[in-house]
Amino acid sequence: MQAEVVFAGFGGQGVMLAGKLLAETGMVLGKEVVWLPSYGPEMRGGTANCTVIVGDEPIASPIVRNPRDVAVMNRPSLDKFCPLMRPVGVAVVNKSLITVDPDRDDITVVNVPANQIAIEAGTGRAANMVMLGAYVGATDIVPFEALVEQVKHQFVKKAKLIPVNVKCLEEGYRLGQKKRA
Amino acid sequence: MKTIFKRPEALADFPTHYCPGCTHGITHRLIAEALDELGLRERAVGIAPVGCSVLAFNYFNFDFQQAAHGRAPALATGIKRGRPDLIAFAYQGDGDLASIGMAEIIHAANRGEKFTVIFINNAIYGMTGGQMAPTTMPGQVTTTSPFGRNVEDVGYPFRMCELLASLRTPAFIERVAVHRPKYIVKARKAIVKAFRYQAENRCFGFVECLSTCPTNWGMTPHKALDWLEENMLPYYPLRNFKDPETDENPEPAQGGGDAS
Amino acid sequence: MAKVLMKGNEAIAEASIRAGGLYYFGYPITPQNEVAEYLSRRMPEVGGTFLQVESEVAVSNMLYGAAGAGVRCWTTSSSPGISLMMEALSYIAAAELPCVIVNIMRTGPGLGGILPSQGDYRQAVKGGGHGDYRSIVYAPASLQEAVELMPLAFDRADRYRTPVLVLGDGMIGQMMEPVEFREHEFPPLPPKDWATDGCKGRKPNVVNSLYLDPVKEEELNRKLVAKYEEIARKEMKSDEYGTDKPYRVLLVAYGTTARICRTAIARLAEEGIGVALFRPITLFPFPAARLKELSRPAEFLLSVEMSTGQMVEDIELAVRCRKPVHFYGRQGGLVPTPEEVVDEVKRLLAGAKGGAA
Repeated sequence: MQAEVVFAGFGGQGVMLAGKLLAETGMVLGKEVVWLPSYGPEMRGGTANCTVIVGDEPIASPIVRNPRDVAVMNRPSLDKFCPLMRPVGVAVVNKSLITVDPDRDDITVVNVPANQIAIEAGTGRAANMVMLGAYVGATDIVPFEALVEQVKHQFVKKAKLIPVNVKCLEEGYRLGQKKRA
Repeated sequence: MKTIFKRPEALADFPTHYCPGCTHGITHRLIAEALDELGLRERAVGIAPVGCSVLAFNYFNFDFQQAAHGRAPALATGIKRGRPDLIAFAYQGDGDLASIGMAEIIHAANRGEKFTVIFINNAIYGMTGGQMAPTTMPGQVTTTSPFGRNVEDVGYPFRMCELLASLRTPAFIERVAVHRPKYIVKARKAIVKAFRYQAENRCFGFVECLSTCPTNWGMTPHKALDWLEENMLPYYPLRNFKDPETDENPEPAQGGGDAS
Repeated sequence: MAKVLMKGNEAIAEASIRAGGLYYFGYPITPQNEVAEYLSRRMPEVGGTFLQVESEVAVSNMLYGAAGAGVRCWTTSSSPGISLMMEALSYIAAAELPCVIVNIMRTGPGLGGILPSQGDYRQAVKGGGHGDYRSIVYAPASLQEAVELMPLAFDRADRYRTPVLVLGDGMIGQMMEPVEFREHEFPPLPPKDWATDGCKGRKPNVVNSLYLDPVKEEELNRKLVAKYEEIARKEMKSDEYGTDKPYRVLLVAYGTTARICRTAIARLAEEGIGVALFRPITLFPFPAARLKELSRPAEFLLSVEMSTGQMVEDIELAVRCRKPVHFYGRQGGLVPTPEEVVDEVKRLLAGAKGGAA
């Protein structure tokens, strides 16, 4: 099994971190992982994205033209990446900022008001955690508990941020699971 | 029998290729005497430039590296950062230091690298056959300024001591001359001081030695000494620009950002 | 030791520290800035030296000075910065000094762009600076391989007293993969009795590349050639994929491009088309003998590169032009996709059937 997911959004929305946490969780579980960023001027306030590959076999190409899944946090990312998805993939869509729906009927769409949920949980900056939770909820690509552990580990030096981030993960995960059911 | 004159241990018993009347030999000897006096020969690493002194590694009796044109301060930085216990010095001419190596010397000085630079300013490119140098005097005839250095066209000669002294970091900067015994005595003192400060791990040291090039100046050695005195001394004043021991307050802190 | 997820640039930095590369001089250039950023924090912890300096020209000459004084020193840069180091690289090779230079290649020529490229193959492999010299060149295809190659690079630099280049593309620098830092053991190295580290108790040492006597200069050239021949005999490294099954086409690729080829090969296998991959790990010495062997069953070879085909001439030399060598590549920071490679293989196979090679 190999799954590829593109996390995409504006620079500053935390898509790079969301991807890294997924990759790290996979690594801790003994899976093969690659995290490949867009880099350079793209990172400076424009759109940012990273591709995460999680698999059971050593990963050959780190470049993926047609990812299985996407998690898009803004409209330009939806327009850019949803058309590239392979059929039957999962698209997690941030409905707080994206008003349209992906123009495809061969994928599973998980609509998540990520910013709204994050603001209600205490900080809009954790919208990326809602997206990440929803993605894992919809795919079970890694066990949710392992993801939570990784997020706790990430914020170990800023422990006061852990509750709000975990809360956002859980909210997202719940929405993702609901879509699965 | 009393020995009143001998070859310094730090100087190799090797005939130099320098032209008759060239002052490189004097400066080489002053360096060797300084290292002997301070007991630094066995820790010394000299850096030969590209220029007439490109073969300097043959003339000294201690370790040497030979640098690409202008890069001696970068080599010296690598040596000192790698082995701070060594005593490194760059021996550079005016084309090497003030033209192609301008970036390297300024940045090494500004970082306060703990090495010594002996800068030979004879106002001309010697090895390549007498072309105009960044320190060639206004009106001076060279093979590439056949009508004399035209300052309207190529600007005035660089005064390297003054330029480096405008930086806050470098702490020992002095200009000396080696064309008359009375100046040579002072030059020796400055060179000893620069090496001593390095041995004490105190500061970057820069000694500019006004020198002659009778061959490319087209003069007899004797005439060249006079020419230096008459033409170079007025433009390149001999003096100490910075000395950590005498500068009571090297430079007041500017603004409020570095009160520590 | 457990695996850690690291960016390539940081993994290279950490692997170098663990290999004793404790003297680093650098100048910022994208896409390799994470190396210097990492080392600026890490070097003080391990008692090493990190220095950001005025230019790549100065960086490379600091390597000359530090290597000449006998310490393990290294730098990283990206293509335009590497060009600025070519002066010193030639001097370093001539003076027989050990150092490691990592090039996280970006696109060119000129200022180019900051996206991944393999456009510096010739510069690295054929010399780059002036004069008759070579450098050992390693090309990692994964971050784990990069962290394994760094200690090897330092060892071989010291062993042969030669500059060693590590060629990675922007992806090697920027992507994250799990890496594990293992202990590496090498046979003892000869003492650096040539270093300018103070002449106490011995005759002075001189680190030099100036030979005004033509006979001596020729001696140096011959000595260097003998060294490169020894390196060619002992240091070739390569990897292969799919060569244990029948194949009609042999792909040749290095670095991340080789990984793209592996995915393409898997896709082609699903369609019943047997294709194999030869991956040089050393680009100099180029592993020609093994490539020649593997080329025998193939109808043709296809070099896949992020350049305009700089490696093709080395492949043709290796197979003595007995097999057609085709090229597929992307430039400008565009990366060949597995799909493109699949299509190119099929196109060439169809053409070959028609009689045209």
